[in-house]
Amino acid sequence: MNQLARLRTFMSEAPWHLWTSQLFAVLNIELKKNLLRRRSVWLYLVALAPVAPIGVHALLSPGGLHCNVEEDTHIMAAVFQFYLHSGLFFGCMGLFTWLFRGEIVEKSLHYYFLSPIRREVLVVGKFLAGLVTSVLFFGASVFLSFVISYGHSGAAGRAFVFGGPGLGHLAGYMGTTVLACLGYGAVFLALSLIAKNPILPAILVLLWETFHAVFPAMLRKLSITFYLKQLTPVILPPDGLMALFTVVAEPVSPWIAVPGLLMLSLAVLVFAAYRIRTMEISYLAD
Amino acid sequence: MKTGGEIVFNNVSKFYGEVLGVNRVHLSLPPGITSLVGPNGSGKTTLMNLMTGLVRPTQGTISVLGMTPDQPEEFFRYVGYCTQFDSFPKGVTGYEFIYQSLTLRGLAGAEAHRLTMEAIERVNLVEAAHRKVAGYSKGMRQRMRLAQSIAHHPTVLVLDEPLNGLDPMARAESIALFEALGKDGMHVVISSHVLHEVDRISDQVVLMSYGYVIAEGQIHGVRSEVKEHPMQILIRCDRPSALASRLFSQNHVVEAKLNIDGRGLLVRTEAAEDFYLLLNRIVVEEKLVLEAVAPADSDVNSVYQYLIGGGGGTV
Repeated sequence: MNQLARLRTFMSEAPWHLWTSQLFAVLNIELKKNLLRRRSVWLYLVALAPVAPIGVHALLSPGGLHCNVEEDTHIMAAVFQFYLHSGLFFGCMGLFTWLFRGEIVEKSLHYYFLSPIRREVLVVGKFLAGLVTSVLFFGASVFLSFVISYGHSGAAGRAFVFGGPGLGHLAGYMGTTVLACLGYGAVFLALSLIAKNPILPAILVLLWETFHAVFPAMLRKLSITFYLKQLTPVILPPDGLMALFTVVAEPVSPWIAVPGLLMLSLAVLVFAAYRIRTMEISYLAD
Repeated sequence: MKTGGEIVFNNVSKFYGEVLGVNRVHLSLPPGITSLVGPNGSGKTTLMNLMTGLVRPTQGTISVLGMTPDQPEEFFRYVGYCTQFDSFPKGVTGYEFIYQSLTLRGLAGAEAHRLTMEAIERVNLVEAAHRKVAGYSKGMRQRMRLAQSIAHHPTVLVLDEPLNGLDPMARAESIALFEALGKDGMHVVISSHVLHEVDRISDQVVLMSYGYVIAEGQIHGVRSEVKEHPMQILIRCDRPSALASRLFSQNHVVEAKLNIDGRGLLVRTEAAEDFYLLLNRIVVEEKLVLEAVAPADSDVNSVYQYLIGGGGGTV
C-alpha cells in the first residue's frame, strides 16, 4: 500500500514535460547517427537481402509466366521465415548492441551520463531510435519484397492482394517485422549493457531461439521466436534436420502472442534500465 | 544560480577490483578554485569521476551543494565536468556538439543556440564552430570541451587537466577564465600537472598520493604544517650581513645564506611566526631599509616536493 502511494506520488510529480523533450532530443541525435553515418551501409545491405532473391525470381518469371500465386506465396513465406531468423536477427543485433557499445568504443558515453537526463530515459530514447531505424529498414525491405513478389504476377497477383488474403498477409508480415525488431531490439540492447563483447551472448540467444521448441512450454514462452511464429501469416512446416528437433507446439492466439511479446520486451527493457543505473564509465577496462 | 554549500566527501573509498582508486577521503571544498595535485595514478581523476557520478564509491558518500548524481535533472543543472577523454561523438561540428548537449537539458532551439554561441565565443572558437571536430587541433578540441562544460552556466565546474595541449596564449586565456569563474563564487575544481600555473590561481589545494589525500587547505597553511622542512624566507635589505648576525643567535633559525649581490639573505627557520616578529624588532633596532620579504618555498611546487617528492614543475 505504501509502495502504491509512493508510485502514485512519483507519477504525479514526475517532470514528464522535461522527459518528453529529452526523449525527442535523444531520438534526434541517435536517428542521425543510425541513418546517416557511413557505418550504417551494412544495415542497408542486410535490409535489402530478401529483396534480392525475390527480385531474381520476379525477373526469371515476368508476368508470372513460370509460376503461380500459390508458389509466390510459398516463396515469400520461406524468404521471410529465413530472413526473420537470419538477416533481421543479425541486423537487430548489430544495430541495438551498438547503441551503447558504440558510445563506449568511441568514448563518448560520458557526455550522456553528464547531462541532466535520467539514465532510464536514455535507455528508452536509444531503444526507440533503434526501433524506428530497424522498422524503417526492415519494414521497407519486407514491404518491397511483398510488392515485387505479387507485383510480377500481374492480374492474378493483384487479385490475390486486393481481392483475397493478400493485404492480411502484408499486415501479418509487417506486424511480425515490427514485433521482431521490438523483441530482438530489447534483448540485444540489454545484452550490450551486460557483456563487454555481446557476440558470445548473442550466439547463445541465436541457439536458444533456434532450439527453444524442444524445451517445456513454460520456457518456450521466453523466446521471441515462439511469439513471432504464431503471428507469421503463412507458416511453413519445418523440414530436413530441423524437423527432427522441432516439437509441434500448440498454436497460440495473436491476442496472447502480441501482449506476450510486448510483456517480454518490456521486462527486458526494465532490466536494462535497472542495469544502467549502476553503470560506471571506465573506457580503459573496455 | 545555486550558490553556497560545499562539495563534501565523507569517508569515500573506491576500489577497481583489487586496485585502489582512492581511500578514506574526507574532504570539504568551499567555493573558489581548488586544485587537485598529485602524480599519475594518485586518484585525482577518480575523485572527479566520483564527484560527478561517472563512477560509484565502494564506500562512503559524496554530496555536491547538497545534491547527488542520483538526481541527474537537478545535479547536472549545476555541475559541469570537462573530462580528460579527448573524444567526441562521431561526425559532429563544434557547434553541434554543444547544441546537442544543451537540447538534452530540455532547452528550446533559440535558447540552446544563444548559449551555444556564447560558450563558443568564450573560448574564442567562433570561426571554427561549424567545422567538424575531427579536423580540430588538440588545443581546439580541449577548448571546445571546456565550452561544452560551461555552456549551461554551472555553479560547480570540474576540470580534469584542462591545460593539456593548449598553447601558451590559450593557457593564459583559460587560466584567466578560471580565475573569473572562481571570483564569481563558483566552485572550480582543477587537476593539473602544471603546478606553477595552478599555484597562481588556486584558493586551496588538495595534495594526493597513491589514492590518499595527504594535505589540503590554503597552500600557505599546508606549507606551515610541513615541520620537517624549515621554511625558507628571502629578505632583501641594505645590510643583510648585519641582519644575518642578529638572526644566528636564535634557535629557530637553521640557516642564513647571503645572496651573491650582497643585498639579499635567504633564511631557513623552523618557526616562521616567531621569525617575522623578530625581523620586525631587528629592522627597527638596526634601522635597516627593507626592500622585500617573501616566502621562498610555500608554493604548490615546493610543498608538493616536500610531501610527495618527484620532479616538481611537471609531475
